[in-house]
Amino acid sequence: MKRIRVIPTLLLKNGGVVKTRQFRNSVYVGDPINAVKIFNEKEVDELILLDIDASRKKRPPDIQMVEKIASECFMPVAYGGGISDLDQVRSLFSAGVEKVVINSSLRSNPEMVRCAANTFGSQSIVASLDTKRTWLGKHKTYTSCGTKCTRLGVIEAARMAVELGVGEIYLNSIERDGTQKGYDINLIRQVTNSVSVPIIAAGGAQSITDFFAAVSEGYASAVSAGSMFVFHGVHRAVLISYPSQDLLMEQLYKKVA
Amino acid sequence: MITIIDYGAGNLASIRNMLRSLNAECEISSDPKKISRAQKLILPGVGAFDHGMHSLRELGLIDILSQKVLVEKTPILGICLGVQLFTKRSDEGTLTGLGWIDAETVQFDKAAFTVNERVPHMGWRNVELNQPSRLAEDLPTDSRFYFVHSYHLRCHSPSDVLFSASYGYSFPSGIEKENIYGVQFHPEKSHRFGKKLLANYAALN
Repeated sequence: MKRIRVIPTLLLKNGGVVKTRQFRNSVYVGDPINAVKIFNEKEVDELILLDIDASRKKRPPDIQMVEKIASECFMPVAYGGGISDLDQVRSLFSAGVEKVVINSSLRSNPEMVRCAANTFGSQSIVASLDTKRTWLGKHKTYTSCGTKCTRLGVIEAARMAVELGVGEIYLNSIERDGTQKGYDINLIRQVTNSVSVPIIAAGGAQSITDFFAAVSEGYASAVSAGSMFVFHGVHRAVLISYPSQDLLMEQLYKKVA
Repeated sequence: MITIIDYGAGNLASIRNMLRSLNAECEISSDPKKISRAQKLILPGVGAFDHGMHSLRELGLIDILSQKVLVEKTPILGICLGVQLFTKRSDEGTLTGLGWIDAETVQFDKAAFTVNERVPHMGWRNVELNQPSRLAEDLPTDSRFYFVHSYHLRCHSPSDVLFSASYGYSFPSGIEKENIYGVQFHPEKSHRFGKKLLANYAALN
C-alpha cells in the first residue's frame, strides 16, 4: 500500500475560483475561502492555488488574499502566479503557504529561482511547466498562462528547472486542461524519465483510474486535478468533491506497488 | 504558554494557526529572555541543517536552549528540521548538531527506492507507534501525517524511537527522550491527526 498525493488545483481570477478548458473559457466556480474550507473539511492531501491572471497582467501576488486562504488550511498549500522576486517569495511563506509555484520566472528570472531554492530549500519550490504539442508532436513549454511559447522542449525545460534547484515539477498539459480525457501519460513518462525530482501530473483527470495510470504508467509521484473536484456530471454543475479515503485506498493506494 | 522559536527557518504561521484553533496560548519569539521564561518550546524548521544551526548560533540561542532543555527539563517539540537539529550531525552539512539525542541525520538510501519513490520525500504516511506515549494519546489508529524531507534520523538508542514511518524502508519519524520530543512530519499541516498530536503536546505538564 502506498499513499499517493491527490491534489486539487484551484484557479484564481478576479478574487474568485474559476475553471478553464485548455487554458481558456474560464467558468466561475465560487468563492475561494468557501472552496478552501470545504477542501479542508474533506481532509485533502494538499492544495495548489494558481492565480491565472497575475503573470498575464504583470501583477504581483495578492499576499493578503493568500494569507486569508492559508489560515483556513490545515494541509500543505502551494501558491503560484505573478511571482517575480525574492521578497514576494518571502512574504508568501510568512503568509502561511508551504510552497511557491514558479512558471514565467523560470525563464525571465532564473537566478531568483536558484536563490529561492537556496534560501528556503528545494522542497518549497515547485516548477510549473505548461506544455502543448507542436504539429510535429513535440511538447513545448509555455509561460504567462499558456500565452507565450518558450520554444523549449519539455525535457529541456524540466532539466533546467531541476538545475536551478526546484524540488518538484507540476506538469500540465494545456491540451488536456479541463477536458477530463485523462492525463497525457506519454508526456508524464518523458519527464519522469529525464529528471529525478517528484512529478505532479496535471491536466485531464476524470477519475481515480486516471490517477492510477499517471502513477503506474507515467511514474508520477503525485496527481492533481481541477474539473474532477469542482464539477459534477455531464452538465458540469459546480460541486466541490474529493474521493473518500476508502475509495482512494481501494482504487489507488493498494494497487500501487 | 508555548514559545515557538523563530530562527528564520520555517512556516511559523501554520503552527500558530493550529495552536490557536486549539485555544493553546502561544508566542513566536527569537528573544533569549522570552525563551528563558518559556514553559514549553517548539523548534520548527524547514531548510538546510547548517543554515539552521548557524541561525541558532547567530541569535545566541544555543546556550539558553541547552539550559532549558537539558538542565531545567522544559518540554521541547522539534518539527522536521527542528528534530534533526537535536541529533549529533547531518549528512546534509558540516556543523555539529545540538546532540541532545544519540542519533544522526542521514540521507535517504535511494538504492531501496522504486521508480516513483523520489527525494525529497513528500506526502502522507501512516506512522507506527513504537511505545506508549502521552504525545500519541488517543491518536486514531489510521492517523496519517504529512512529510517533506530529504534526510531522516538514524537513532542509536532504539528506546528513543516513538514513531516509525516507511518510505522505501522504515525510518524513525518521531522521538521521545524524557522532555525531548520530535517529529519528522508536519503536525501543523496534518489535519485532525496533527491537531490531536499538538493538543497532546499542549496538554503535557
